[in-house]
Amino acid sequence: MQEIFLFLLAGVRKKILRFKKHRKMKDILTVYYLEAKSARVGGRKVAWITSGGPVEPLIAMNIIPVYPENHGAMIGASKMGAGLCELSESMGYSSDLCSYARSDIACATVNGGPIGGLPRPDMLVCCNNICGTVLKWYEVQARYFNAPLFIFDTPFCHTGFGEEVRRYVRRQLDEYVSFLEKTCDRKMDGGRLAGVGKLSLEAQRLWQAVLDTTVNRPAPMCAFDAFFHLALIVTLRGTQEAVDYYRRLLERMNDRVARGVGAVADEKYRLLWDNIPVWHRTRWLSEKFASHSACLVADTYTSAWCGSMKYIDENNFFDSMAEAYTRIYLNIGVDEMARTVLAMIDKYKVDGMVMHSNRSCKPYSLGQYDIAKIVERERGIPSLIIEADMVDERSFSESQVSTRIDAFMEMIKASR
Amino acid sequence: MITAGIDIGSISTKATVLSDGKLLGTRLIFTGYNAEAAGRAVFEELLKELGLERSAIRRVISTGYGRNSVKFVDKAVTEITCHGAGAHYLDPLVRSIIDIGGQDSKAIVIDGKGKVKNFAMNDKCAAGTGRFLEVMARALEVDLEVFGNLSLRAGNPSKISSLCTVFAESEVISLISKGESRENIIAGIHESIAARVAAMANRVGMIPPLVMTGGVAKNAGVVKALEKKLGFSILVSGYAQVNGAIGAAVLAMNIK
Repeated sequence: MQEIFLFLLAGVRKKILRFKKHRKMKDILTVYYLEAKSARVGGRKVAWITSGGPVEPLIAMNIIPVYPENHGAMIGASKMGAGLCELSESMGYSSDLCSYARSDIACATVNGGPIGGLPRPDMLVCCNNICGTVLKWYEVQARYFNAPLFIFDTPFCHTGFGEEVRRYVRRQLDEYVSFLEKTCDRKMDGGRLAGVGKLSLEAQRLWQAVLDTTVNRPAPMCAFDAFFHLALIVTLRGTQEAVDYYRRLLERMNDRVARGVGAVADEKYRLLWDNIPVWHRTRWLSEKFASHSACLVADTYTSAWCGSMKYIDENNFFDSMAEAYTRIYLNIGVDEMARTVLAMIDKYKVDGMVMHSNRSCKPYSLGQYDIAKIVERERGIPSLIIEADMVDERSFSESQVSTRIDAFMEMIKASR
Repeated sequence: MITAGIDIGSISTKATVLSDGKLLGTRLIFTGYNAEAAGRAVFEELLKELGLERSAIRRVISTGYGRNSVKFVDKAVTEITCHGAGAHYLDPLVRSIIDIGGQDSKAIVIDGKGKVKNFAMNDKCAAGTGRFLEVMARALEVDLEVFGNLSLRAGNPSKISSLCTVFAESEVISLISKGESRENIIAGIHESIAARVAAMANRVGMIPPLVMTGGVAKNAGVVKALEKKLGFSILVSGYAQVNGAIGAAVLAMNIK
């Protein structure tokens, strides 16, 4: 317990010097992880859940949701990824497997990583709307912790969303609630779930509004800020705390817009980021782009947590979850992904796209060359592909990436 | 106006000097351990050869992987932009460039003014680069200079399928032990490089006329294998290896 405090406090102290704004987030996350770590003392249960999974029923049941992927991001940001990945490889896992999965599986066996491991799960909820790896990953962890596993299956939407898919996913929502009721030995409060749904939608609207402040020139924040502020919309979606946090953040961003303050002081070029961040290199990348007066004003990653809002029915949150959780960015065909990207290019007035070809994340990286071609054809905008990995620092070559970014920026500058 | 370009690559370092756009001279040395020293040395040697004082050079641009290690230059520009400018200077009709250097390979598309429109680079792996050929030359105990001509005499090129340089070397060693001819093995190595580079080039979409630059362009076997893979002919200028340094000197005329 003490080590979590020390880690997070060290983080707080370090950040204060550079970014005073981040203190509140660190405080919230410290309390969140402390609560999760001491859940048993408080008589609460802990559920591990995938990043794109339906979390609202857990919040309504007073279960603490914990996100191995979020933990993976923390491992990556703390540059502890390579060590944990090597450990998982010595356990027999392939180096071709997702580095979130590898580092999480390894971390569980040694209680390692930046916060001394995640709290033991009482249950696991695995939604495959983000990828197929999570199925095996969660099966491994369910076996290791001897905890019940619920699999929420969301069929891939190649071209659209049919009635049979809606019925299929909707029925699983009932099964999901039954699973939670059985595991916790108490009934779901329908009224409470509706309330959590309202808060979830409100937080998503606020998050979208925060991201939309970057339509301004200069953009008051950049994708690297969004990667940071994202934590709560992932982990505490459906709570009042997340709503309050994003309301304050929106006010602050609007204030920066009013004062003309930009994330990149001399913003000249506006770029779009695609894929999960290179967590162990966010600062380096941020400084690299800023040195070219380039601001990553939007990204396909952080907007995924509000991207399917259009399918949510405010007055019938529970039923509409079936569609909203199935039609997320990583569960749709390349053509629809490209349409989403084109809409973002138009909205944020983007000059170029930076795509992280992520060795770990096949569903996110597959189709990037096609999307780059579509974007070039439809908008005449160039794309840069960077090869790296979100957590495993061994898959990053600084001089190679540096040359590509420099050349890409030279190309964009010359085209002006 | 007299300008200079210095291209510090992983294997060799090149310098060129232009006077009002006319090429005065070029020089090439091995980079060795110290990129900064190599950049300084090649520049000083070329100035001496041309009988020029340092003060006569108005502007200098550095490029290549060691571009940021030399401090006496006016600006550092990536080799992608420089190869575009260099190829355009040598032949204004050129629209595509394949550059295979010591540690990377690039496919570049340029417009009618020599500006880069699109590019791709090898993923971080030495297969399909000059270093790959060096490793193979050592395994075969053949001088790299004669690689190209030997491969043109091959009757039946061997199949080298591994994407990894070290594993490809094991493949070559096992072919040697099976008694396969050097010519066939070398031709197989060239075809393996060509397949890899062509896949990258096709991703960008090559537009003829296409010129090949970088040290590997001197290898006629690689050029021929690439032509076969891409389906059109490839131009190679006598300045292939110094093309990036020429581009740097060209760009130096226009910096503000």
